[in-house]
Amino acid sequence: MEQIRPYINNEVFLLALVMGSFYLGIIVYKKTNITLLQPLLIAMLIIIPFLKITGIEYQTFYNHTRILNFMLGPSVVALGYVLYEQMEHVKGNVLSILTAVFVGSVVGIISVVLIAKAFGADKVLMASLAPKSVTTPIAISLAEKTGGIPALTAAFVVVCGIFGGLVGPVILRKIGVKSKIAKGLAMGSASHALGTARALEMGALEGAISGLAIGIMGIMTALLIPFAEMLF
Amino acid sequence: MVKGSFYILLFYFLGELLSKLIHGFIPGSVLGMILLFLALFFKILDPGKVRSVATTITKNMAVFFVPAGVGLMVYAELVSNSLVAIVAAITVSTALTIITVALIQERLEKRRKKGEVKHE
Repeated sequence: MEQIRPYINNEVFLLALVMGSFYLGIIVYKKTNITLLQPLLIAMLIIIPFLKITGIEYQTFYNHTRILNFMLGPSVVALGYVLYEQMEHVKGNVLSILTAVFVGSVVGIISVVLIAKAFGADKVLMASLAPKSVTTPIAISLAEKTGGIPALTAAFVVVCGIFGGLVGPVILRKIGVKSKIAKGLAMGSASHALGTARALEMGALEGAISGLAIGIMGIMTALLIPFAEMLF
Repeated sequence: MVKGSFYILLFYFLGELLSKLIHGFIPGSVLGMILLFLALFFKILDPGKVRSVATTITKNMAVFFVPAGVGLMVYAELVSNSLVAIVAAITVSTALTIITVALIQERLEKRRKKGEVKHE
């Protein structure tokens, strides 16, 4: 390991490793069609053991691949375009959509923080959990602002997405929701892109509304998190 | 490509500036998203100028999470120590969010439709 480390401990190799393991993740995900096998999760399961075996420190890996982390910012900005594209599906429902997502965001943040607190979580953990329902780049910047750990938040967001994507459709059926807008909105608000992928399986309108919900939930949560800090 | 990247970065920069003005209350990227949305909505910016870059980066967004996600290796101990709290908080809260959003939206939609019928 000592001999090969100088050759692999650089930007080119590590970026190729990230892209390669993510690519492999996409192939596995598409072949198996199992929600749990997210490309991100597969990439992490390849890279983490690889770094442990080769003895490359996380901080070094992070510095060499920071260009990818930087891209989180522009991709949040680009969501503004996606939001604009989905406006046509909203029509007369602007007020109800904003109300539903706002209340959902309040309930989501308060419940996740209070439940974690009841189980003895500390401030750092609560700050990392609070933005769990929003899309990762927004969640990470919110966690950073409130003293959470971005890496933990990234993981929580994925867990939240997978869980909501799996149980969301079941819950919606159990409580007897009929409205397509309500279904899509709930999936996107609670489970961001993973919820949207499942909402798309229900129908195109559900999918589009779910995509819209990601953006609105992101904005609402960003506005609410500073107040949620009082609960920590 | 260059044109779209310029506009995305310009709005990101404006978002960052605004974020500084409000002492980081909301992250610059989120404000950039809102500003870009408003510029498109009020027809200040032609959507064609950002379409290809915006769709490309949002479609492949998940790969940008890898460096942060791998950071989990540093926190394995913290996660296993608080596993019950984490799992309980995430599952219950996610279910509550789904139920709240779906029920409120459905109720309000029904009410609006009834209202429309009355007005006619």
